[in-house]
Amino acid sequence: MKKTNYTISIYTENNVGLLNRISAIFLKRHINIRSITSSESEISNIYRFIIVVKVDDDKIVKLVKQIEKQIEVIAAFYHTDKETIFLETALYKVKSKSLFNEREIQNIIKESRANIVTVKPEYFVIEKTGWREETEELYKKLKKHGLLQFVRSGRISVSKKSMEITKFLKSNKDE
Amino acid sequence: MFKNISGAEAVIRCLIEEDVDVLFGYPGGAIMPVYDELYKFQDQLHHILTRHEQGATHAAQGYARSSGKVGVAIATSGPGATNLVTGIADAQIDSTPVVCITGQVSSNLLGSDAFQETDIIGISTPVTKWNYQITKASEISEIFAKAFYIAKSGRPGPVLIDITKDAQFEMLNSFEYQKCKKIRSYFSVPETDPESLKKAAELINEAKKPFIVWGQGVILGNAESEFLNFIEKTGIPAAWTILGLSAIPTDHPLNVGMVGMHGNYGPNVLTNECDLLIAVGMRFDDRVTGNLNSYAKQAKIIHFEIDPAEVNKNVAVDVPVLGNVKNTLHAIMPFLNKKNHTDWVSKFSEYYAVEFEKVIDGEYNKNDGGLSMAEVIRVINDNTNGESILVTDVGQHQMVACRYTKFNLSKSNITSGGLGTMGFALPAAFGAKIGDPKREVIAVIGDGGFQMTIQELGTIYQSKAAVKIVILNNNFLGMVRQWQQMFFDKRYASTEMVNPDFVTIAKGYFIKAKKVEKREKLNEEIREMIEHKGPYLLEVVIEKEDNVFPMIPSGSSVSDVRLE
Repeated sequence: MKKTNYTISIYTENNVGLLNRISAIFLKRHINIRSITSSESEISNIYRFIIVVKVDDDKIVKLVKQIEKQIEVIAAFYHTDKETIFLETALYKVKSKSLFNEREIQNIIKESRANIVTVKPEYFVIEKTGWREETEELYKKLKKHGLLQFVRSGRISVSKKSMEITKFLKSNKDE
Repeated sequence: MFKNISGAEAVIRCLIEEDVDVLFGYPGGAIMPVYDELYKFQDQLHHILTRHEQGATHAAQGYARSSGKVGVAIATSGPGATNLVTGIADAQIDSTPVVCITGQVSSNLLGSDAFQETDIIGISTPVTKWNYQITKASEISEIFAKAFYIAKSGRPGPVLIDITKDAQFEMLNSFEYQKCKKIRSYFSVPETDPESLKKAAELINEAKKPFIVWGQGVILGNAESEFLNFIEKTGIPAAWTILGLSAIPTDHPLNVGMVGMHGNYGPNVLTNECDLLIAVGMRFDDRVTGNLNSYAKQAKIIHFEIDPAEVNKNVAVDVPVLGNVKNTLHAIMPFLNKKNHTDWVSKFSEYYAVEFEKVIDGEYNKNDGGLSMAEVIRVINDNTNGESILVTDVGQHQMVACRYTKFNLSKSNITSGGLGTMGFALPAAFGAKIGDPKREVIAVIGDGGFQMTIQELGTIYQSKAAVKIVILNNNFLGMVRQWQQMFFDKRYASTEMVNPDFVTIAKGYFIKAKKVEKREKLNEEIREMIEHKGPYLLEVVIEKEDNVFPMIPSGSSVSDVRLE
């Protein structure tokens, strides 16, 4: 069975313990989560998780149904990379000395279209948003010159087609 | 509306509002404020003190399954809560509506490893339909209303509410209760696509060799009469999963027996000959399907199901019909042609005749040598008219009892199906008796499983629940021994049991008890047991090394079912 990278978008209520409940679904099936982010969505007090996994094509539907089944999950969707617009953000902390001493670093920053977030006498911080390959490339280049710290966010993504979450909220009529 | 009541009293008021009349539990430090209120409300809420918290959850399950109501179990924090977990997991996999209430250390102590603190929310998350930790008394009313709604609606399941001790003590200025009817993020019953009904009806009308497998969905959906109408109009032979058992009478001409690992010969073999398989409220468990690569590959498949996550999970289906089977089976009726499939149904009889000759006759009508489990069930059948509730544990006795017990009434088969929890039967049996006191409850238990929750004899004595306990004693963990014989060259690793005198133990609990070893005495002893007004234990010594057949060896195809 072919494994594919999928971005799972989960709209949920804002409750303690829900992350545990969602991650338990992956744990039970021995699926490693490649990245996870969560924040309030376009609807007030409804949260959106973005989880990236690489799984067999026949598993993804079952996985998403199990997630959707959880009481406080409003809806869950899955998309291939082609069906979403996605980005990651990375922060690179570099010694200020190397910025001033090595001209190459300045070129790297310019070429990569990264931003300088802050400059202090001891260090400066660069931010780069883009695809994994882009943040990775910058990481490799800067690493040669000594990185004090490096961190990359989980994937954030919006789907190309609409995810009609409000429809779900409205359609849940009284029983 | 009530004014100036404590969180603990609010808990009690919630239970009363939800028509709870009995709860099963065990007190302890972190739940004491609620127990203090239970003391004050004992004329409205009956508390059954089990001898272990596992017994409380199983009893709540038995209660739920015989009564159709939500079972309630209550325990303290820490070990009290963790002891509930096996029963919660059992309720989750068998879709039993149960609400479990656990005490928790005060909210200011959460996360401090306080005495008897355990993260029961974290522990119970994978085995609950929903759980919630209450830290403020003001949350109690809304959370309890949600808990009962979630446990009972849609595909039922267990819910756990953890309440910190300070929330139990906290005073509420006012308390009001409103039953929950809707949760915006929860679709209890999926909508039925009208097209799916038409497509399903077309396949059913065209089929030459259709076959139905039904599960517990028929019972949980109270859809017994809709289901009967459905099979009688279409004339389709129908077989049951272990949890579907008792939904229609055993002797119904279209009831062709059990599917699965120890199911009947015909239903298993003919699964791979039918041209249409109609699954009704069942989930294609691996014990039902055997090897999926050779399961009903020749057939079109229709799946009537309430839980969308079950559709296409194990078996790819041609037409899913989502919804409560009570509604969908009713709605499909106008599209169905009245039919009978006499020749096809008679194929099941032919296979039954083979099974009768090779397996059934020898054990059910046994007349020499040691007693067989099957003949004990036959004698119970002779004395109960198919009207008693059968509660079984897990193992050989469970398979035999489910294969041979005759049922005329629904909600009569209570067993641990999905989880296979040994120790389930004894507490589930008194739970079932309390859930439906008018009916005779007979617990058939193996000597192994009986000893896993043997202490619940104390609960039976104290609560005076008139449960009839039949121990089928072969001094072996019989099912494991059978596998050792068949697949591990008879290396009987840790399966032989040196047992105590069960009769003496029962008598220690002041429960009337007898032991029977001889065939001539069996009927008389079973009749005496059934006629006895109170609880009763009958130990039946059975053949030591009997095996359960038919059997589909694990990983084999349903059509490779073995008769010996």
